[in-house]
Amino acid sequence: MLSIKNLFVSVEGKEILKGINLEINPGEVHAIMGPNGSGKSTLANVLTGKEGYDITEGEVSYNGEDLLEMAPEDRAKEGIFMSFQYPVEIPGVPMVNFLKTAVNEHRKHRNEEPLTAGEFLKLMREKKELVEMDTQLTNRSVNEGFSGGEKKKNEIFQMALLEPKLAILDETDSGLDIDALKTVARGVNALKSPERSTVVVTHYQRLLDYIVPDFVHVLYNGKIVKSAGKELAHELEAKGYDWIKKENGN
Amino acid sequence: MSVLVEKTDFSLKLIGHYNEVKAQLETDSPALINNARKKAFQDFVLQGIPTFKNENYKYTNLQPLFFIDYSYNHIKEKSDVNLKEVFRCNVPQLDTHLVLNRNGWFCDNNNESNLPEGIIINSLRNIAKTNPELIQDFYAKIANTEEDPMVALNTAMATDGYVIYIPPNVQFDKAIQVINLMENNSDTFITQRNLIIADPGSKVSVLICDHTLNNNKYLGNSVTEVFAGENAQIDYYTIQNQHNNSATINSLFIKQERDSNVLTNTMTLHGGLIRNNLKVLLNGENCNSDILGMAFMDRKQHIDNFTQIIHAKPHCLSNQLYKNVLDDESTGVFSGRIHVVRDAQKTNAFQRNNNLLLTDQAKMNTKPQLIIDADDVKCSHGATVGQIDEEALFYIRSRGIAEKDARLMMMNAFAHEVIQEVKLEPLRDRIDELVDKRLRGEIARCHDCSYDCDC
Amino acid sequence: MEEQDKILNEVTQGEYKYGFVTDIDTDIIEKGLNEDVVRLISAKKEEPEFMLQFRLDAFRKWQKMKMPDWAYLKIPPINFQEISYFAAPKKKAQYESLNEVDPELLETFNKLGIPLEEQKHLAGVAVDAVIDSVSVKTTFKETLAEKGIIFCSFSEAVKEHPDLIKKYLGQTVPVADNFFAALNSAVFSDGSFCYIPKGVRCPMELSTYFRINAANTGQFERTLIVADDDSYVSYLEGCTAPMRDENQLHAAVVEIITMERAEVKYSTVQNWYPGDKEGKGGIYNFVTKRGVCRGESSKISWTQVETGSAITWKYPSCILIGNNSVGEFNSVAVTNNYQQADTGTKMIHIGKNTKSTIISKGISAGKSDNSYRGLVKVLPKAENSRNFSQCDSLLLGDTCGAHTFPYIEVNNKSSVVEHEATTSKIGEDQIFYCNQRGISTEDAIGMIVNGYAKEVLNKLPMEFAVEAQKLLQISLEGSVG
Repeated sequence: MLSIKNLFVSVEGKEILKGINLEINPGEVHAIMGPNGSGKSTLANVLTGKEGYDITEGEVSYNGEDLLEMAPEDRAKEGIFMSFQYPVEIPGVPMVNFLKTAVNEHRKHRNEEPLTAGEFLKLMREKKELVEMDTQLTNRSVNEGFSGGEKKKNEIFQMALLEPKLAILDETDSGLDIDALKTVARGVNALKSPERSTVVVTHYQRLLDYIVPDFVHVLYNGKIVKSAGKELAHELEAKGYDWIKKENGN
Repeated sequence: MSVLVEKTDFSLKLIGHYNEVKAQLETDSPALINNARKKAFQDFVLQGIPTFKNENYKYTNLQPLFFIDYSYNHIKEKSDVNLKEVFRCNVPQLDTHLVLNRNGWFCDNNNESNLPEGIIINSLRNIAKTNPELIQDFYAKIANTEEDPMVALNTAMATDGYVIYIPPNVQFDKAIQVINLMENNSDTFITQRNLIIADPGSKVSVLICDHTLNNNKYLGNSVTEVFAGENAQIDYYTIQNQHNNSATINSLFIKQERDSNVLTNTMTLHGGLIRNNLKVLLNGENCNSDILGMAFMDRKQHIDNFTQIIHAKPHCLSNQLYKNVLDDESTGVFSGRIHVVRDAQKTNAFQRNNNLLLTDQAKMNTKPQLIIDADDVKCSHGATVGQIDEEALFYIRSRGIAEKDARLMMMNAFAHEVIQEVKLEPLRDRIDELVDKRLRGEIARCHDCSYDCDC
Repeated sequence: MEEQDKILNEVTQGEYKYGFVTDIDTDIIEKGLNEDVVRLISAKKEEPEFMLQFRLDAFRKWQKMKMPDWAYLKIPPINFQEISYFAAPKKKAQYESLNEVDPELLETFNKLGIPLEEQKHLAGVAVDAVIDSVSVKTTFKETLAEKGIIFCSFSEAVKEHPDLIKKYLGQTVPVADNFFAALNSAVFSDGSFCYIPKGVRCPMELSTYFRINAANTGQFERTLIVADDDSYVSYLEGCTAPMRDENQLHAAVVEIITMERAEVKYSTVQNWYPGDKEGKGGIYNFVTKRGVCRGESSKISWTQVETGSAITWKYPSCILIGNNSVGEFNSVAVTNNYQQADTGTKMIHIGKNTKSTIISKGISAGKSDNSYRGLVKVLPKAENSRNFSQCDSLLLGDTCGAHTFPYIEVNNKSSVVEHEATTSKIGEDQIFYCNQRGISTEDAIGMIVNGYAKEVLNKLPMEFAVEAQKLLQISLEGSVG
């Protein structure tokens, strides 16, 4: 469903990704690990279409289409969802408003009737339970005044609402205590299906105890230097990233 | 001239005076200084002495100051003032290179010669005569005579002042202390013109001390142009400590090239009427400008800080903080403008003005302004006028501290935000001490200063 | 929520949608201005002598005045002799019911979405519609009369309540207050008058809709609101104009007086034609609005959403005379394309314990300039007064400007004045976040801007709030690549 071929990306003239190759099929869970600064977040941002990244070489196709040509909102409507590492606060924009618009944009894209207010609220209630979202939170402005944990839960809650085909979780575990981490993981696992693929971008192996990957890739210095099954995550945890750095001559 | 007809003002008096002394000024001065006079004088005639009607002087009317018949020191008098004897307001533990100006004239006999290679500290008149190449690209280049009549008047009447030149990559560790004295046997109008040039990569600290030495009435009108070359660093401190009969209009123009760092801190402890104009032009990328000021005014004193920060290039940072404590019937004015020019993206410009009014007769007028023509910016300003926080006061008192002392603590704390930005530690301690004395109502004068005036 | 959807749907349709010309027979006097014209206007309106003298006094003072030039505006020279100072729909008569109103006119109001028709009784809004300076219809008059409330056109008030007019007209905005107020005082053709008697809370929102229709005319309406002791009224004002290539002048005056413990809420949604994308045409909106809190503990609040006009020059102010009186100013001003706005407020604290709050949200896009200008003045006797001001500017694009010019003058030690202002660009990360959830950039901007302006929009009565939200979005269409 997602095919990345020889992707080179630079930011303000500095090369960050140096030839990424990655194939993701429906239903698979891929973990992308790597030390800080290895290019993990860059990869996530490029896939979702954030500005400021120069794609100097390579291609990304998504369900047979050129992903890089698509506007961020079109990618979203085609089923790509990102759980942001740092979800931005948007003061004055109510969560409910924001989410309803998003959901109905998705529906419109699929030629479905927009949900009425009543239907939408019902849907929201269902999905909230999934991540144990505090009802109060959806009455606030988008992410405003949310704690770190609440923001991450809110991301997964939105994922549940929008039902993406490809979910990218960017450092969803960072800054979470173990209970929040479990809740988030439970939410992600509940959404698992044969059609839905997940990319878990993380620095730590911890999250992968709860969201078990089919494949683990190690990103280092802009390249995927190792790919294997879930056991690779444990190996990394045991040996640390220095091991990778040494192997790659640093 | 028609502009002036409707004004029954003292501009005519000044214009008449200028026409009388023009020939003499030109004979006595070097060409470099003379060349700027004509246009400057025209600009003054067009604008006249500022009144409330001039938006830039909305809260400071200069007209009444010109009622007095001043003597003008257009010719240099022989001065045998020995700086070391007359003026002992030194800062303990601070090794400074001393420079003295008396009534606008540079005093050669106090000019120390033990300067590191290449650094020049001398009289403007001397340099303009003997080494005009050094300053010709700088003199009267940023002090715009069309925007302020007092700058125009200064440029028209300029005869002398000081020049400080720091060559490329020279870091002068000793602070330069410039003492500007007003001391004459009659009421005097003083024009002083200064220039500071810090070449690329250089570093210098300058401490300006404005003082009056006797009780005559003084009206000072000085202009200082400061050029910070690429990656240069200039710290420019001013301590104003003048008596109630004095009035000072200081105009400071600063042009910063890329990667330069300039700090200005204007600390006003005493003075009859003080107007500080400050215009900073950030003319290269990645400049940093810290602009601080504070004033403690009482009786009928008047302080007006007027600043304009122009972000002409992207990626610069400016930070302004001005604080005033106003007692008795004093008046404070702050007018600060941040102008972000189109395409000066990634600008960060901040400004804050906080004021304490201690009596019902004291007044504060503040006019913070933002003019923003680029979009990728972070700009803010904040202004407050109020009193000492009663809750904090109560908290201090509840710990057994007398109200008077608690108030002093709070006022010191209020001022400390500005003082703490003084990088020279001995100077910082000294100012802390001066401020504390000032707030206790004691004369903010140095212990062993020999001058005797009712200030 | 449904409303939100409707808004978003309607937003997609584009440019200035209020720009239709109504085909009604109008009675226009010759262009130009002199004493005879002033007399003619007064005569046409069959005014009593005191009104004529009021006008002539204003006119004579106006002749000696100059157009103000201190605002951050580039105003092309205006030839005041090229304007017609009076244009009234010809069929003007006393309307007993809506059936008698010119159907074209009713159609106009329908297009504007003005709840004029009888079924809108349920909406609980009494409307005085002013088209080309003349008040056409005041609804709900009888209902209001039961409570002793006077709400009628200005001309009618001059005839039926001359004592009140004599007593209050020009008290708050003196004839020579400023150039445009003087002009208005000389030539105003109509407007609304509202008097709320002691102890009466007006049971419904009162509303005036202004529309300029005829070409080459200026609109000069006059609004006077007097709220007697312990009374309350919420007053709404809406403005539209047809699309025309030439600029048209609108110079209105609004005066409000509140007595002891009275409260007036005045809300404006200003949507005069802003000119086209190249800056051609549009209304010059030079308005003087001022309220005086005469009585103790009285309150005046101005809320404005300014999206229209080529040039806006407007500073709704409060003079807080009564002890414990309160002034509020809440503003959202949007400029796009070549629009210019210099708007803000004055809060003059005279009485003890007076309070004022200023919230201003400026949004600039295109090649526009948007300035906040304000004065907070605390006089020596205004002990324990408080002011808080928050003036924020949002920039959309790198060719527009946002400027802030506050003046703060404090003359006693027991008052506290705080002013804060920020300027920043619209958050790209916020837009991207919305994009990532499938929301288009245009919608995202609409949402973010509405969120940004929410504090002010919330102060508007419900019906207006919805319209205002729509306007914000429409005004900013096409402002981003």
